[in-house]
Amino acid sequence: MSVKLTTRQVGDVTVIDATGRITLGEAASSFRDEIKDLAAKGEKKLLLNLSDVSYIDSSGIGEMVSSFTTVTNHGGQLKLLGLNKRVKDLLQITKLYTVFEVFDDEASAVRSFA
Amino acid sequence: MLLDSTLDSVEVAEMEVLKAAEDIGFGEDDLHQIGMAVRESMVNAVVHGNRYNARKKVHLSVTKATDRLTVVIADEGEGFDPNQLPDPLAEENLLRQSGRGLLLIRAFVDEFQVRRGQPTGTEVRMVKYLAKAS
Repeated sequence: MSVKLTTRQVGDVTVIDATGRITLGEAASSFRDEIKDLAAKGEKKLLLNLSDVSYIDSSGIGEMVSSFTTVTNHGGQLKLLGLNKRVKDLLQITKLYTVFEVFDDEASAVRSFA
Repeated sequence: MLLDSTLDSVEVAEMEVLKAAEDIGFGEDDLHQIGMAVRESMVNAVVHGNRYNARKKVHLSVTKATDRLTVVIADEGEGFDPNQLPDPLAEENLLRQSGRGLLLIRAFVDEFQVRRGQPTGTEVRMVKYLAKAS
């Protein structure tokens, strides 16, 4: 199964709910394109909800980093929500915890953009 | 086992290795780590080693022992020197899009070696030990 993304608004924050696996191939590139589109449309406050993402490989991590850079270059912020233990471990191993702001609950994450 | 240089082979290799790992008795977390190490190694072999070349194969060998699983993955590419790769944990490289595969493999297996294949290519050898029950 590849990744499926749906977006919703919570106040002025765009929450991107991801479901599935973010791995090399179509899944990772569609993920990047979707976030790039949102950034290009001027969305500045993006919260990526990974609660239902079961698996991310190094290509998926690469796409997340690339998306982070794109959003930042457009003057926006991309934050992460609901990482399972395995995804948290990946961010620890790759030191990306120092790059991404990570939240366990949506309300706190949304408030952090204010 | 000889595999084509396609992304489908990544799935095939992962399933083959996980079947062996389950036979040995690895738990769910270990299986996840083994699967991830194999996926990353296979992607390296197919994408960076053989560059999807249909004439080149990926060689997979899986050896089961009572206390360990050994996996060898070799490609027929031009080979590379892992010491020449940028450190993905260096501050200036944290935002690079790629270059984290070997880091993850090293984190997920107990032994990891990369060497030049014969006559060409790259061979990686990974060993995961079954943790003793406490």
